[in-house]
Amino acid sequence: MVATAEVIYQRPESFTEVHTHYCPGCTHGVAHRLVAEVIDEMGLREKTIGVAPVGCSVFAYRYFKMDFVEAAHGRAPAMATGIKRVLPDRTVFTYQGDGDLASIGIAEIMHAAGRGENITVIFINNAIYGMTGGQMAPTTLEGMKTTSSPLGRDVKLAGYPIRMAELLSNMDGSAYIVRRSMHNAANVRKSKKAIRLAFEAQERGLGFSLVELLSSCPTNWKLTPQEALDFVGEKMVPVFPLGDYKVHPTLENLKV
Amino acid sequence: MAKELLKGNHAFAEAAVRAGVEAFYGYPITPSTEFLEYMSARLPALGRVFVQAESEVAAINMVYGAACTGKRVMTASSSPGLSLMMEGISYIAGTEVPAVVVNVMRGGPGLGNIAPSQGDYYQMIKGGGHGDYFPIVLAPASVQEAIDYIGLAFDLADKYRAIVHIVVDGNMGQMMEPAELPPMREIPEKVPDWAVSGAKGREPNILTSIYIDPVDEEVTNLRLLKRWKEIEKNEVIFKEYAVEDAEYLVIGFGTAGRVASSAVREAREAGIKAGLLRPITLAPFPSQRLEELADQVKRILVVEMNSGMMLDDVIRIVKGKVPVEFYGRMGGVTPLPDEIYAEIRRVSENTGPGAEDPRDEWIPRLEKFISGEK
Amino acid sequence: MAVTGWIVVDNNYCKGCSLCVEACPQEVLALDMERLTPQGYHPAKMTQDKCTGCGICAVVCPDAAITVYREKPEKVTRR
Repeated sequence: MVATAEVIYQRPESFTEVHTHYCPGCTHGVAHRLVAEVIDEMGLREKTIGVAPVGCSVFAYRYFKMDFVEAAHGRAPAMATGIKRVLPDRTVFTYQGDGDLASIGIAEIMHAAGRGENITVIFINNAIYGMTGGQMAPTTLEGMKTTSSPLGRDVKLAGYPIRMAELLSNMDGSAYIVRRSMHNAANVRKSKKAIRLAFEAQERGLGFSLVELLSSCPTNWKLTPQEALDFVGEKMVPVFPLGDYKVHPTLENLKV
Repeated sequence: MAKELLKGNHAFAEAAVRAGVEAFYGYPITPSTEFLEYMSARLPALGRVFVQAESEVAAINMVYGAACTGKRVMTASSSPGLSLMMEGISYIAGTEVPAVVVNVMRGGPGLGNIAPSQGDYYQMIKGGGHGDYFPIVLAPASVQEAIDYIGLAFDLADKYRAIVHIVVDGNMGQMMEPAELPPMREIPEKVPDWAVSGAKGREPNILTSIYIDPVDEEVTNLRLLKRWKEIEKNEVIFKEYAVEDAEYLVIGFGTAGRVASSAVREAREAGIKAGLLRPITLAPFPSQRLEELADQVKRILVVEMNSGMMLDDVIRIVKGKVPVEFYGRMGGVTPLPDEIYAEIRRVSENTGPGAEDPRDEWIPRLEKFISGEK
Repeated sequence: MAVTGWIVVDNNYCKGCSLCVEACPQEVLALDMERLTPQGYHPAKMTQDKCTGCGICAVVCPDAAITVYREKPEKVTRR
């Protein structure tokens, strides 16, 4: 018989014992878990302050076992700036969706990057407003139907999807800007490594770090969880190419 | 410490430094900009935090973040900037974290102008941001008073975990006058137990203004209201001049109150029994004292640099016991002592019943006055 | 000898989204249509003993509901 059982995977310690309010199959939960795993692995839990956004992840503070504040819609980078400047030895991260970060909060995120604020941003891009019930986001794909673009996003009327990682990579204050996806296990693993490097950038004082994570919204896309992941891989990745948009030289050869 | 000749905005900023402000986040706007400029040099030199934000919206949310750490934090702006900050101010109030916000008020609405005004009375005193909350509002009338009350503003913010506004106007921000600065206070090492700092050896602290269950929100509203009742009981501050035997009471705050005090002095010299009530805390308002004085005097004159905003509070408190009259200048115009003296003289000779809305009698007088000035 | 593993699904967290079922390379997972979680979902479960403990189900799980175990052979030092 088996002498010992090895634990290959278990729930991260930085998680509370609260089940999330997210819809079944929503990749917010995956992103949360990856952040918690990285914080566990780096031993940062007791020095971390999270900043929750407004949007589906408004209750993120319920799920992480660490100090948390709740920002106004789009203002998480400003709030994180306020915290990080007075507590520079703490780890400060924001967790923001695409409406929060790329629409109402685009000034705050661009200037946080421009100032090289030594914070980490986890940016969830699911091309839609989830919490308010599936309206068009700045990241909504051309032709994509939402409750506020019922005939599909017409770029002549509603403009084009905004690519935040590319934009932010142009800021001199940015240390680590990458885009990853969570549509299958291999990409989830790559996403985790990127989140790790983003926090490593902050711990090394290299400047602003952001991981854009292509995510699914089965409920508002009206797809099953697996169909939604397939949509990410097939439709979103071509518009939002995965890749490293800016990597500080210190991080290039870092083994994590 | 000896008196020095100090420029208003610089003196207020230095007073804040000496009161232990650890971080300033702001955005330039006339006529408060010298506050930010002063902090940009002074705070980094002391190893404290200064950030010029990308907007007033960002600045107040930086203040919000830093306030959540329990540090002494502030911003200073002027009227249009305060409009932008109202979002963050509401969140700060809802999260019950302490912060001090200075408003160097200017003429409005809209872009208005950069001249001194008190047109933000409603916005500052009645809330301004969304939801049920009660800011403490201090209205000093001189550079020295502003210096003296900035330290108090931080103490009140900490004591009640509340937002404290200091409202001054461009006159006070820009004027130079002799004043004495307080000694430098020590910054306390201790972190408040509610603050976020990293959950080391304790349960996590969560700071938020969200109460998704309406009953929880109501409990929060009630807590804020009860706290406000305590503030009303304990923290009222006002100054009086020649009220002991006064028959005609002048009420004004800030620069209008200061100009009114010259006019009251002039009236006394002319044998008119005038007195002055100058609220320092506009919120909580010195209601009790005003009620007492309303039983004593024959008539009340409210003087403001707006269209009669504090006037509404005075009418509410006086409850028709005596006629209330109004004299205001708007749009960034500061009344002269002679104008107010003429008003006191007029009021002392008026035995009429007074208008239901004192503005109705004031508007034609002002129109006539302006046509004479032009 | 094939590596043997198994998983434990925490019904307090599982929302029956099926992503683990779809991702499992051994095809040993399915939703348990006989049971409901406290939130009212059909939880994932193992249907046969061919699990290798690869952990892919846990990697894609949005609810951190899966603990993955693997047999640790005796007298073999890992790595």
